[in-house]
Amino acid sequence: MADQTINSEALKTGDISAAVDYLKAQYPDAISDDTREGYNGIIIARDQLVEVARAMRDDLGFDYLSNAAAVDYLGIEDSMEMVYHAYRTSGGAALAFKAQTPRAQAEIPSLIEVWPGADFQEREAYDLHGIAFPGHPNLRRILLWDGFDGHPLRKDWQEAYYEEDHKPFESRWPKGFVRRAEELNIYGKNVKYPADLDLNSLADTSEESVYANMGLGVDVQQLDNGDELQTDKLVVNLGPHHPSTHGVFRMVVTLNGETVEKLEPVMGYLHRNHEKIGERNAWLHNMPFTDRLDYISSMSNNLGYALAVEQLLARGARYQPPTYRAEVVRVLMVELTRIVNHFWAIGFLLNDLGAFFTPALYAINERELILDFFEAVAGSRMMCNYMRFGGIYKDLPERIHAVANLVNDKMRDYDTMDYLVELINERIPRAVDQLDQYLTDSEIIRARTIGVGYLPKEMAIAYSAAGPLLRASGVSYDVRRADPYSIYPELDFDVAVRYNGDIYDRYLIRLDEMRESLRILRQLLPRLEVTHGEPIMPGGKQGPYMPRVPIGESYGHVENPKGELGYYVVSAGDAKGTQNPWRYHVRAPSFINLTALGQMCRGHKVADIVAILGSIDIVLGETDR
Amino acid sequence: MSQLDLRELHSTEFPVPADMQSNVAITSLSKIYNWSRRSSMWPMLFGLACCAIEMIATAASRYDTARFGMEVMRATPRQSDLMIVSGTVTKKMIVPIVRLYNQMPEPKYVLAMGACASGGGPFKEGYNVVSGIDQYVPVDVYVPGCPPTPQALLNGLIALQKRIDGQSLGNMDDVPWYGVGPSDPVPVPILGPDIIDPRQMEMIRAQAERAASGESYGTRELPAAAMDVIAPRTEAAARPAQAPAAAEVATDDPDRAEALRKREEALARKRARQAAQNLDS
Repeated sequence: MADQTINSEALKTGDISAAVDYLKAQYPDAISDDTREGYNGIIIARDQLVEVARAMRDDLGFDYLSNAAAVDYLGIEDSMEMVYHAYRTSGGAALAFKAQTPRAQAEIPSLIEVWPGADFQEREAYDLHGIAFPGHPNLRRILLWDGFDGHPLRKDWQEAYYEEDHKPFESRWPKGFVRRAEELNIYGKNVKYPADLDLNSLADTSEESVYANMGLGVDVQQLDNGDELQTDKLVVNLGPHHPSTHGVFRMVVTLNGETVEKLEPVMGYLHRNHEKIGERNAWLHNMPFTDRLDYISSMSNNLGYALAVEQLLARGARYQPPTYRAEVVRVLMVELTRIVNHFWAIGFLLNDLGAFFTPALYAINERELILDFFEAVAGSRMMCNYMRFGGIYKDLPERIHAVANLVNDKMRDYDTMDYLVELINERIPRAVDQLDQYLTDSEIIRARTIGVGYLPKEMAIAYSAAGPLLRASGVSYDVRRADPYSIYPELDFDVAVRYNGDIYDRYLIRLDEMRESLRILRQLLPRLEVTHGEPIMPGGKQGPYMPRVPIGESYGHVENPKGELGYYVVSAGDAKGTQNPWRYHVRAPSFINLTALGQMCRGHKVADIVAILGSIDIVLGETDR
Repeated sequence: MSQLDLRELHSTEFPVPADMQSNVAITSLSKIYNWSRRSSMWPMLFGLACCAIEMIATAASRYDTARFGMEVMRATPRQSDLMIVSGTVTKKMIVPIVRLYNQMPEPKYVLAMGACASGGGPFKEGYNVVSGIDQYVPVDVYVPGCPPTPQALLNGLIALQKRIDGQSLGNMDDVPWYGVGPSDPVPVPILGPDIIDPRQMEMIRAQAERAASGESYGTRELPAAAMDVIAPRTEAAARPAQAPAAAEVATDDPDRAEALRKREEALARKRARQAAQNLDS
């Protein structure tokens, strides 16, 4: 017995190949290697998927399902597959596994029993790819509305404004006549209707399924004098237009009195078809679109996408990794972004707690200074579009001066390094301390947040929570340490972790992370001085505008301010390498963190929902994509 | 807070002694009416996407819309004068937006902030994206940008104020809410197989009948010369790949004709090359 224990411990921390060997020995019929060129991981027969997944979690310690993405291989293999990436929260690389299904009557067993975090991701695959997941208790559309015609991410589905399969399109000005997409549509709008449109029942039925499982009814309480008190349960909609929901997010809540009995997140109000557009764009065209995912932290989004595509490019012959200067500037930008995001998150958490806008004004004051820096470097305050495959778009300028932002009618003009030094050593630490001083011991904040929205450690892992949400529940998991990228291995910082898993700890951990980011930034300043003037792209020139990317798949993930942001990209269809991604999937932390929202809110008062949501810190651009 | 300066309101036709000008103003009803409306324009607290972040930054301390009397963001449409549509309008969201717009009391204004709200922006081709809020509700001011900087938004707000200044109580077309009463509510779109605009119901019905009788859905008529170019392209997928000859170009300017002819030739060569590649693979 003792031997077995040691053995299983070794398995749980061992490398991926040992784990794969173990699975192959246990399930010889179910598992085969993925031998396609450029692919890795294993393919699991779908009838044994749940069994194998359970063995992965229990025997091998892959307790964290990070990503589940569907891919439609129409015209290549005529099948669809689900790709999963499972991790150990103790660290290490991903175990990628896949399950395939024919396109007609696509069905893959649900993994929700093994990893409840698969919930929303499977619903998304059902919605956009039309894969059914037997065993999923709530398999409804999630981003689009109930009644929508078709599954848009299937390769044979075309939207109303369809022009060509791939960009760049031919000229939009044939013979000098400008042509816009709506001019070719008879309705003049972005709509198309199926041929069998039933004109007699044009009623909006999209809301019915939302309320179907809300558990309405009469609640009966026994009173002291023997009578019964009967109360109706009440369904309340918070959103999509609600001042607290951080965008157009909607929660349908069943209330018993003031207590939440059930909460159902309804999303998709900002579903702007990021992935469908991304599969038509050329590889580099997607870079500015990633800005608009989590639009508060665009620089980090850029980095994740660049890493994913660089993994693919690295398979090509002429690939050169990013230069050291580029890596330093990348990390500089990403950590500044983290600070921007956490300022924003804390400010608006206070908003949600009822301190309307005044704390937010303080919190986002210093943010403006960072945005000025971004504007001077990348050209835009928010949508920076700064990273490139193999480096960055432009080096830091020598001086930062802005004509647009006048201060007392004076143009501001600083030396870049002086500006950064003051920002990192003076202004931001002061602002962080100020927040800490004003908020941390506030009686009201403590009363409203301590013990509210509790997420236990096991549940945080099971629900695939990421980022501050996960770390505030006592899991010391940070992609920068668990699966390091860029120059993080040589930087000295701690993974902030808190153990109570409530709103208060999620607030505190953001302060901690800002301080850790400042620690990283201080280490970057001398590196910036040393690498001054070095090339920002390998070879010293800009990379190609339309790179051909070798075929294969890759999953690049970074620790975004909101959690693990992953990009699953597939290059397929052209043996010489492709100019457009075949599949472009975003593992959005805001989206997946919401899986646990219903659990966290149950039993709390309705006013706490808003605070709990604020403590998760979602951004709808990323949630709905 | 902007300080009240009575001279802003003063009409020059009526002389007021210079030493009284800061105490007394003689003005028209329209002017004082517009002045008070433009100086207390309450926007709806309503953010859609990325632009909402810049809208918040505009309202925050650095740019400070309070300078224009616009800092009072109301969370309910019933207390607001201005809807800043700050972000991508999706088909799923247009239904609540139209409802919100209908609930705003008149006079009401709409400002389309950013590329998405003005015309779909970078996401225009998306299947769930509405190509601009003006497809459903009337827009007063468009602010370009992705996202517009706070300065650009302020410029748009000032443009709106100027627009209000131009309205006259003497002309009922300018202030229809006093003349003919409140405007009709915008019909709320329906989420069917795709979004259905009730105003287009007749057209949808006619098209569905065409489809039921086996005819193809109609397409829109463009100028004949443009249709010549578009028609082959929309059918290009079905057509056998062959290199079309450079088409005849009708234009008066010889230089332009030459340029167009060269362009056509280059395009023809490109198509031929592509066709050859397709045959190879």
